[in-house]
This record gives sequence, structure tokens and C-alpha cells, in this order.
Amino acid sequence: MKRKGFLALTGVAVLSLVASLVTTTSASAAVNCDPFTAYKGLKGKSVTIFTSILEPELTTLQTAWKDFTTCTGVKIKIEGSNQFEALLPVRVKGNNAPDLAFIPQPGLLAKLVDTGKVKLAPKSVVANVDKYWSKSWKAYGTVKGKFYAAPFGSNMKSLVWYSPKQFKTNGYAVPSTWADMTALADKMAAKGQIAFCGGLGSGGATGWPATDWVEQMVLRDHGSAVYNGWVDHSIKFSDPRIISSMEKVAAWMQNPKWVGNVKGIATTTFQDAGKGIPEGKCMMLQQASFYGNIIAESGATISPTGDAFAFYLPALSDKVTVPVVGGGEFTAAFASRPEVVAVQTYLSSATFATSRVQLDNWISANSGVPLAAYKNQVDKLSATYLANPKSTFGFDASDLMPAAVGAGSMWKEFTAWFGEGKSIAEVVKAIDASWPKS
Amino acid sequence: MSEFISTTIPKFTSVFIAIAVFFMVLSLLFAIAGRLDGKKTRPVSLAIFLGPALLLLLAGLVIPGVRTIVFSFMNPDSNGWVGFENYYWMSQDPNVKTIMFNTILWILVVPLFTAALGLLLAIMLDRIKHESIPKSLLFMPMAISFVGASIIFKFVYEYNEPSESQIGLLSSIVKFLGFTPTDWMLAKPLNTFLLMIIYVWTQMGFGMVILSAAIKAVPSDIVEASALDGAHGWGLFRNITFPMVKGSFIVVLATGVVGALKVFDIVRTMTGGNFGTNVLANEMYSQTFVQFDQGKGSALSVVLFLLVTPILVYNIRSLRRERAHS
Repeated sequence: MKRKGFLALTGVAVLSLVASLVTTTSASAAVNCDPFTAYKGLKGKSVTIFTSILEPELTTLQTAWKDFTTCTGVKIKIEGSNQFEALLPVRVKGNNAPDLAFIPQPGLLAKLVDTGKVKLAPKSVVANVDKYWSKSWKAYGTVKGKFYAAPFGSNMKSLVWYSPKQFKTNGYAVPSTWADMTALADKMAAKGQIAFCGGLGSGGATGWPATDWVEQMVLRDHGSAVYNGWVDHSIKFSDPRIISSMEKVAAWMQNPKWVGNVKGIATTTFQDAGKGIPEGKCMMLQQASFYGNIIAESGATISPTGDAFAFYLPALSDKVTVPVVGGGEFTAAFASRPEVVAVQTYLSSATFATSRVQLDNWISANSGVPLAAYKNQVDKLSATYLANPKSTFGFDASDLMPAAVGAGSMWKEFTAWFGEGKSIAEVVKAIDASWPKS
Repeated sequence: MSEFISTTIPKFTSVFIAIAVFFMVLSLLFAIAGRLDGKKTRPVSLAIFLGPALLLLLAGLVIPGVRTIVFSFMNPDSNGWVGFENYYWMSQDPNVKTIMFNTILWILVVPLFTAALGLLLAIMLDRIKHESIPKSLLFMPMAISFVGASIIFKFVYEYNEPSESQIGLLSSIVKFLGFTPTDWMLAKPLNTFLLMIIYVWTQMGFGMVILSAAIKAVPSDIVEASALDGAHGWGLFRNITFPMVKGSFIVVLATGVVGALKVFDIVRTMTGGNFGTNVLANEMYSQTFVQFDQGKGSALSVVLFLLVTPILVYNIRSLRRERAHS
């Protein structure tokens, strides 16, 4: 009996081996390996990547670099976690770092560089970044004058998600000024609709969507100079200008007439917040460009005439032109083996960015990517604003602030501001007090 | 397949070499110890047998402990001294006040309920038919991790707007009884108690098993004798059963106190420490690994350590006392 089973098993193994051989040959015949000739002699090597990116985006990423892995024979093992911000430092400190990590916070990058475990960017990556990215983008991957991490994806935060179908049914027009938007919200409220939805819940990072709202308002209200001063704390949270921006956020996202249950925003997860948009349970949600992926999970179509789409969050006035708040990830390396450098170089190339952009739901600030390559309408819209020479660009402030504030007191206090009705005066006092002294 | 073999075999080889070296060193040590005689035998054999354990204790407990205490007097990156500043921060920060209050609340409420409910269940289920079935069912939550249990209770505490249907068990019950449910995780100070229920739910099975074993160990002749003397029901429990299981009851209580001090998973999963539910262990984690302030994180763990110490001392003392009696 046993012998027979063993024989059968061997048979299956041989068959599957043959099958896998056949599939590899047929696949490589269809792939154009010309762009990857530079990465040679790495067959069978593997590279581990750790990221905060989750499914379904994880699978799309793997599809985007499939040609690279097929042609070079390098295996890329990617692991996503919603506890990324907490786990990565633990793994780095415990000498269990991944080869590469997509770090969504320049502040976190700086902290990790301090541990001495992050490798400087290799020459090939520096060449790519100098060629394809603007100086300001390179600066975000630079810590204390040394360049470590190439930009990976980028995202546009100044978007409002809505349902074109619902807008059509109700006879609403997409607003192009702030006054238009508030007038529209009043109209919705008069009809008994929830004008704005919102959700702050995000596990250990609960509260971050509220930091986005305040950032939008500070940039719209006061422009780059004040925004950057706010980021480096030369302008405190208790500054009247920041307080006035927070009051404007309160008048918008804490207006019971528009949002319904204000406190419920604190306990709703950010993923659930916009789920009702296609059915008109709520009409608008201020969220970043990646949010289309989350709405699409329920089968909703994302297009200018479909179940959901986005419009640009209007400027407050003419004082600040085309304010755009955005963010992005940076590829940091914890190893310098040839296969790691190869993957790092490939990920910073226009080849990768273009192949990723063609697959939907991704924006790159890589200038080597032709706008026509964008499959996704929202991303094309975002790329237009990110690349607009008139735009006033602000990198996500909470990502730039010290972790004690940007990943600590700001999340916590803004959650208390929404969920417990803590006053703005108390919130700014607590955040200013938490700012590191040195 | 060949790749699998080529990468796996070297790994195994190094494992075998490591094991061989380990045994060689051990046999060498034993050989030396065997040849010794006279005065040196005792200290050398002590060193050989206690040495590894002491070494592990040093590496796993003493050194990290001392390092944590040292770090608590240093800045966030642990490269400069700040004196008592981290402790001063703890005494001044309003969030830490809430955290301390909640932690003490956990210590006071959770062990008592875990032990009391465990005792109640142990008595109620004692000597009924098919005793093992309900006991196994009650013990089962113990096998669920706190994170798993928290996710289960997230659904129990789920809240929807009054206009929508309530999918959460608690909200549905409250609605059925004719009251209006609220957003449970926001309702201070009720939310902390709702989190405690999760802990008690998973741990009361443990209390029940320990106490049930203790009740079964009460000699039946004592119970019969007291029954002849007219003791039954509450009197029997108060004067005979409880004094006999008191030792086990205290063990369950002490385990509960240590567990409640360390509670982290439940708070992190349910509220992330928001809405006034934060506790010491969660804040320690956030400070150290999210906000990268090793100083404050270490100061918090030192306080946690100081809070656990008296209970450990008490436990060891009562253990010694019991040994002295027997």
C-alpha cells in the first residue's frame, strides 16, 4: 500500500515538474525581455519586500513586475501588513529586516536611517531618480544630506469621492469652488441626504484621515510658507492661523447638518466610510486617490459616469492657487546584495512605473511615464494636478512631522476631537506639548 | 526540486554540526567534572548544572531589565541622559493619568470577576450530569487569542445609526428591550468595562477549572460531617468549601492581576487606546514602537514592573508558607 502511494506521488511530482517547465517556456516566449538585459546572472535569487500596501493592490504590483521576474529569474517575495508602521521598526531592531521596504513616511525613513541599518541608494538608483524625478521628490528620500530612498508610488490627497450616477439622478453638478461645494452640501442636507461621509478608524493608525483634512485646510487657507512652518513647528498648532484652519475643518466635517453623526466618524473605519457612496447613503467623501480601489471592492464601477468618481477638492480662494496635498512611498533598502540592487533599480525606472500605471490605480511622479499610459481616469486626473506647474504642493504634513506628533499625538488628539468632542484649544495644547524638545 | 535540496541540505548540515559541537562541549564538561574529587566537586558541579540556566536568565531577563531601567533615564534615541524627565512627563501628562486610572480599574475589577465567576461556575457545575461537556464549552474561549476574541466582540458591540438595522448583538438586545443603543466604544466609562468583559469571557474558564479541581479535592468526609451538623447551602459554602479552596482562589486572583496589568491586545484591537480606554501596556508599545520614544516607553515599563512586583512577592511568600505547612 505504502509503496503504491509513494509511486503515485512521484508520478504526480514528475508530471507537475513537466507541466511547470512547459508553462515557463511558453510564458517566456511571449515576454519581451529587452528592457531587462542589464539585470543578468541573478537567476534563482530572491528579494523580500515589506510594505503597508494590502490586497488587492499587492496582486496588481506582482503583475506589474512579472516580466522582470520572468526574464531575470529573481523572485520577489512581498508581504503587506496593516501594522507596517509598528512592525517594520521592530523587525529592523530585531535584525530581521526585509531586503526592501516601501516606506510611506519620510519621518519614519529618517528614524530608520538613525538605526544605521538603511543602505545608501546605489548609483544606478541615483541615476534614475536624477533623471525622472523633480528635486523636491528626491529631497523627501534624503536624510541629513544623504540620499537613501527612491520615490515609489505617489498619491494625491486633494480629491473628493462622489457618485456620478447619484449626482445625475439628483441633478447635482460637480462643484469647482469651495462656495459651490458648501452650497451643494446645503442642498443635499435640505433633501435629507448625508452630504459628507467620514471615517477615522484604521487600527493602530486611527485618526490619520482627520490629519489629512486639517492639512488640506492649512494649505488652502495659508499657502506653502505657513504649511512648511507648521510642519517644522516654527508655527505652532496653537497659532491663530492653524486654529482658524481647524475651525474651518470643524465647520465642514463636524457639521451635523452635513455629516449626521459626528462622533460616529471616530469609530467608523476609513474603509467603511465611503462604502455607501454608490447607493447614495452619503454623497461626498474627502479621501486620497487610492480610495477608488476600496470603493471598487464592492463591485462599483469607477468612471466619470459610473458608480463612483472623484473631483478635485476646490481651493478656498484665489489667494492660494491649485493647492495639492499628496504623499508617496519610498523604497528603502536594508541589504545591498546584487539582486536587491537590481530590484531597487528596476523599481525606480520608468519601465516599471509605466507597466504599473497601465494596470490601473497607481500614480507615479516619475516624469518618464507618458500621461497616455494611465489606464485609470482618477489617476490621470491626479497626475494632471501633481504635474501642474501652478500648483501649490504640500507633502502630507503628518508624515513629515516627528513620529511622536505625526504618528502619535496628532492621530490621538484628532480622534478625541471627533469622538469625544474635545475642544480645539485643548487639542492644540496637547499636540504642542507632545512635540519633541530637541 | 534540485533547488530545494541545494538550499536545504547546507542548512541541515550546519544544524547537525551545531548539535554535534554542543554535545562535544557537554561531554567534555562532564568528563572534567567526573574526574574532579574532593573539595572542588561541589562548586564545579554547581557551576555546570546552574551555569546554563543562569546564563539564559542573565541574557533574557537581567540584562534587558537593567537596560530598560537605564533607558528610562535617557532621551528617545537612548543616546543622551535626561534625568527624571520621562517620569516627570508621566506625572504631568493628562493622558497618562487616564492610563493609570484605567490600569488600576483593570486590576481591581478583572481578577475579582474572573475568580468569582470561575468559582460560581465551578460550584454550579460540580457533580451535575455530563459535567465535562459544559465545562469544556466554558473553557474553550481560553483557547482563543485576545485578538481573536476582540474581533468576535467587535461584532457584538457593532453599532449602526438608529435608522438602520442593528447587526451588533448588544445593540440588538438593547433595541429589543426598548432602549436606544449608542456607539458603545465611545461611551465613557462604560467602554472600558465592555473591554473587560472580553478578558473575563476568555479567562473565567481557567478560574473555573482550577477552582473546580480544588472543590473536588475537599475531602467528602468533612462535607458529610458538616452536613450532619446541619450545614448546607450558603453555610456549607461559607464555612467549609470556601476556606478549603481559598488558596486556589488566591492563585486565580493573582494570575488575573498580572494578566490585567499586561492587557494590551484587547485595547489595541478594539479602540487603539482611543476614547479614554488606554492602558499602560498599550501606551508603552505605542511610545516605543510607533512614536519611537524609547525613553518614555521604558519609563512606562519600569512603572509596570514596579506594579507587578508586590503581587509576585506576595505569591512567592504564600507559596513558601504553604510549603512550610506541608
